[in-house]
Amino acid sequence: MIGRELLIAARYPAEILNPLVFFLMVVALFPLGISPEPEFLSLIAGPVIWIAALLALMLSLDSLFKNDFDDGSLEQLLISPSPIAMMVLVKVITHWFTTVFPIILLAPVLALMLHLPAEGYGALFLTLLLGTPTISLIGGIGAALTVGLHRGGVLLSLIVLPLFIPILVFSASAIEAANMGMLYNPQLAILAAMLLLALLAAPFATAFALKISINN
Amino acid sequence: MYFDSFEAFLAMGKHAAYVWSAYGLGLLILSLNVILPMLNKRKVVAKQQARLRREHNKKRATSQ
Amino acid sequence: MWTWFHKLSSPKWFYQISGRWLPWIACAAVLFLTAGLIMALAYAPADYQQGNSFRIMYIHVPSAILAQSCYMMMAVAGGIVLIWRIKLAEMALKCIAPFGASITFLALVTGGIWGYPTWGTWWVWDARGTSMLILLFLYFGVIALQSAISTASGAARAGSLLALVGLVNIPIIKYSVEWWNTLHQPATFKLTEKPSMPVEMWSPLLVMVIAFYLVFGVVLILRLRNEILEREHKTNWVRKLIETPIESSTTSVEKTSATKRGA
Repeated sequence: MIGRELLIAARYPAEILNPLVFFLMVVALFPLGISPEPEFLSLIAGPVIWIAALLALMLSLDSLFKNDFDDGSLEQLLISPSPIAMMVLVKVITHWFTTVFPIILLAPVLALMLHLPAEGYGALFLTLLLGTPTISLIGGIGAALTVGLHRGGVLLSLIVLPLFIPILVFSASAIEAANMGMLYNPQLAILAAMLLLALLAAPFATAFALKISINN
Repeated sequence: MYFDSFEAFLAMGKHAAYVWSAYGLGLLILSLNVILPMLNKRKVVAKQQARLRREHNKKRATSQ
Repeated sequence: MWTWFHKLSSPKWFYQISGRWLPWIACAAVLFLTAGLIMALAYAPADYQQGNSFRIMYIHVPSAILAQSCYMMMAVAGGIVLIWRIKLAEMALKCIAPFGASITFLALVTGGIWGYPTWGTWWVWDARGTSMLILLFLYFGVIALQSAISTASGAARAGSLLALVGLVNIPIIKYSVEWWNTLHQPATFKLTEKPSMPVEMWSPLLVMVIAFYLVFGVVLILRLRNEILEREHKTNWVRKLIETPIESSTTSVEKTSATKRGA
């Protein structure tokens, strides 16, 4: 099933590329907007990359269920006997692989451009790896709630952004700890715990939200 | 009574601006929350009355 | 018990009973608010360090408490909507959200007004203020989502789910903000913690908290009654109510709807 979703995703390369380009541009805005001073940039590199990744991810979430909703296949999936939460999970995982994973792969290059201290790379990579799936899962609930609405994009950001704050906080603090040469295991453990919680609960909430949206 | 005079009460030590603006804003927000639904009630009732009248007229028009 | 529950949740019954309660609750609210204001402004002693700006606490703390419990109540209403599909809970969800948002805003602004004379700054990114700000964002989300969906019950169900997701997240957000705050402790502003507040200081606070809850009750009833009139406009009893001069007594409504059903 994941393979099928991946094939569909491969048909729209723009949906993979656009968030990536957006990510790149947002990161580039910070040195231009604040200061190109390497010492200063190295301080903000971690959080800036995280926030840019968060925004890129969130903008791409809008399309998570959109195509299936528009061609009516979502409705069919909902009345089919197969478990909806499972289908949701597959969709979110595919979405994460196609749009977020490229961002994570690009992140070290941008970290280099922002002069992230060498100690921070591991933390940046690990927090992105553990944190972004949680964001995709929670964002899926929002995407499901707004799927039937015109101009759902801004609304989606509005309803899910506050929920992402804990992930941002722990990721940024892990990177900061790593930059100072300290251990960041506790932050990683918390991020992993949040990912587990989201894995267990979010697909069901998303399935429920899809039912609500379809019945409107 | 904590204050010696009404002037002292108004002056609130040196913090008149802060105390009175906080209380003013508090009362403003609370009273807006009460007043707006009361005004809205009239609108709701008028809307439904207009709807009833329309339905009534339509019924009369079709029965004629 | 079950029939009682259903009766309580019927919009018509609520409309009638709330009409009878409203004057009493409103009177109590005015009474408590007046008493609380007089006690807070004139009788409570000034703080020995903060002086009279300390009196802002009597607005700030009740609104902060109410802001949080409003969200709790909204989420509980949301749970009822999703489990039992009770119409009155759908309406309650919609009615609580704007009040909750405005009271959260009040807590934030009074916090700033209190902070400036006391600590010399309007805003610090401390744990409490920041989580209050995030609470305001959560309220905005629920309100925006509800207003974007055209059908009333669809809006309520979507809003319910979002409110519940937010409720699950609130402890996590709180914890993360506290963690973040201890890491980035700005110059330490600490509320001068006193072991025991004298009774003249905390009794106005108690009265004000009760007054704020009563005002919340009044606003909720007012909004719910409007919402009922709007959403139940097809039922006979609302039609009768609208046709007769607006503020007809509740007994005549009962009678007319009873005769209607009999006929």
